[in-house]
Amino acid sequence: MNAHLQPTGSAYFLTKETQEIERHTLSVLVDNEPGILARVVGLFSARGYNIESLTVSETEHGRRLSRITVVVIATPKTLTQIKLQLERLVPVHKVHDLTAEGASLERELALIKVAGSGDHRAETLRLADAFRAQIVDASVESFVFEVTGKPAKIDSFIALMQPLGLVEVVRTGLAAISRGPQGM
Amino acid sequence: MAEQMTGAEMVIQALTDQGVEHIFGYPGGAALPIYDAMFQQDKVQHILVRHEQGATHMAEGYARSTGRPGVVLVTSGPGATNAVTGLTDALMDSIPLICITAQVPTTLIGSDAFQECDTVGITRSCTKYNYLVKRVEDLPRIMHEAFLIATTGRPGPVVIDIPKDVQFALGEYYQPDLDTLRHQSYRPQMDGDSAAIEAAVDLMLKAERPIFYTGGGVINAGPEASKHLRELAELTGFPVTSTLMGLGAFPASNPQWMGMLGMHGTYEANLAMHDCDVMINIGARFDDRITGRIDAFSPNSRKIHVDIDPSSINKVVRVDVPIIGDCERVLAEMVRVWRSRTNQPRTEAIAPWWKQIEKWRAVDSLGYKNSDTTIKPQYAIERLYEATRKQGKEVFITTEVGQHQMWAAQHFHFDKPNHWMTSGGLGTMGYGLPAAVGVQVAHPDALVIDIAGEASVQMTMQEMSTAVQYRLPIKIFILNNERMGMVRQWQDLLHGSRYAHSYSESLPDFVKLAEAYGGKGIRCESPAELDAAIAEMLDYDGPVLFDVIVEKDENCLPMIPSGKPHNEIILPDTANIGDIIDEKGRQLV
Repeated sequence: MNAHLQPTGSAYFLTKETQEIERHTLSVLVDNEPGILARVVGLFSARGYNIESLTVSETEHGRRLSRITVVVIATPKTLTQIKLQLERLVPVHKVHDLTAEGASLERELALIKVAGSGDHRAETLRLADAFRAQIVDASVESFVFEVTGKPAKIDSFIALMQPLGLVEVVRTGLAAISRGPQGM
Repeated sequence: MAEQMTGAEMVIQALTDQGVEHIFGYPGGAALPIYDAMFQQDKVQHILVRHEQGATHMAEGYARSTGRPGVVLVTSGPGATNAVTGLTDALMDSIPLICITAQVPTTLIGSDAFQECDTVGITRSCTKYNYLVKRVEDLPRIMHEAFLIATTGRPGPVVIDIPKDVQFALGEYYQPDLDTLRHQSYRPQMDGDSAAIEAAVDLMLKAERPIFYTGGGVINAGPEASKHLRELAELTGFPVTSTLMGLGAFPASNPQWMGMLGMHGTYEANLAMHDCDVMINIGARFDDRITGRIDAFSPNSRKIHVDIDPSSINKVVRVDVPIIGDCERVLAEMVRVWRSRTNQPRTEAIAPWWKQIEKWRAVDSLGYKNSDTTIKPQYAIERLYEATRKQGKEVFITTEVGQHQMWAAQHFHFDKPNHWMTSGGLGTMGYGLPAAVGVQVAHPDALVIDIAGEASVQMTMQEMSTAVQYRLPIKIFILNNERMGMVRQWQDLLHGSRYAHSYSESLPDFVKLAEAYGGKGIRCESPAELDAAIAEMLDYDGPVLFDVIVEKDENCLPMIPSGKPHNEIILPDTANIGDIIDEKGRQLV
């Protein structure tokens, strides 16, 4: 397994990865306490892992538990390390690799501001309808849409709005949950 | 049974309830209420240090030599930041520490107040866990939870940051039931999976070229773990090597002992690791100082790895049989399973392997050319070892970091766990002197020696004053070569002998320095006078700075250089180490 090491200009040996990188969604159940997000994010930066998306909110108020959904891009070996390193943190209860564990649902919400007039306005509304985007604010020269769905759907809606007067976008990051009757 | 008291009193009460007898600290504005509470009791004894880094290393030495957690108390701001090196050191070497840091009052947090710093932010990545206590109601639970977290699973340092108003606040003290602590998320796995243990024993039963590779985890699991290791080694007849952190878990006087492995390990240990067919890693973590080149590390072996930390498994080296659990319990179970399968060691099957090992041993990789005129550092340690054996006292050794540390590991021999204190993972120069103070506090009647270098020892020299104040008769055995010897050696190896800032100029007169502190100073320059000088040091009832002037340019060998596998180790008879490493290797270090 180790025949792919190459000397580098820096200290120690670095492994030249031959494993393909993959995109995985992890669900992390944590105590909702001060500093927990800093602990998780600090772990990622200290160990050089890449975060693609991160969503965090309290999900069980009574037990003071929060769920962090984090999307990472890494090799399978690093993914295992990320999971184990997260589990090492004292306030972390569970880590589930939703991508590895089979079918899961992934959704994101975006608020999108578009300004324009005339034909552009009509076209904007037609597209919003096709994407089932809600109008949450309107003025004579602008709309704010709320759109939810898979990240790819939001990506394409944003791309379509670009030439029609896109002003700004805010996205929540990914929320994900496994299919079927089992909980975390 | 709730009792009203202040936060500061709760700190002392919780320490007392945890059985803490000594605490290493330094007062300051924000910590005054705790110091005031401490002043009014006599159960916990406070050792006043000279720098907070010293306090952390003392607590490490205390913890490592007793198996109990070391406790540190420092003030806010600079008190906390000065403790960071020791906390990181304890995290890397898995040493249980409780570090109480005082903080400015909660109302001032975030206002850039005098002596304020973001202690929990700064220490988040150098502790196992840390707390900022914002309400006095949480303090009793946090104090006890911190001890649980520091001492269980893979041990480590825990910081408790207590604002001054919380120290003053009145509340009810209680001892929480450990089972109902909030951290249901914290459940270290202690028992190894029995199927995995059986698979491991099955592999061991078929081994023809086996080796035990043991580490600091065996020490951390307590003295019983060392007993089980000895028993398992005896049952199996397998050779045993150990990392720097694991020395003493297996007796150096046992014929199955191979010496330390790794970058400056013995020829026989490293070649056996390279050529073995079954490697049994118990409580070690495949550190890069052990493995050398990963792609050439023990290429033909099946590997068993026992570790309490699941993230250590397959982190560096892919293993065949991972066992997550406490070394003591897993070793006990391995002994039981082995006994249930056979009552014979594999003497016959592994006889050719031992024959091979004997050939490697005959190389005498720790040999060196002695001299009549200058003291060789290896000779100094050998003579020290011989002299201490006749003392009839428990002997504890601490070290600083560098050549002297490796020579101590090679030439001082340990038969018991918890008697060797050194900074392995972080490699902290300045560790040894304060660590020796901490060991001596825990073992007042023992002989505690810091084997030091003249460069390292100056990093925490001020703790000599602590040793004098508390009448701690530590012996600081300085191998003085007027060099940062290991840096000099690597400059020879990799940088064309251009000695950039690796020599000690303007050294203090260590004899006068010792006297200035109120201790004793001894200087020795000649091999003929060495034994008498060591005897004088050991006879003196008080702290001694012993300045041994040694050969200046001695290399620490054997050495596995950068870019080389275990079987390309440099042996002592190599004349010029500068020619050994090729261009590729120079890049690596």
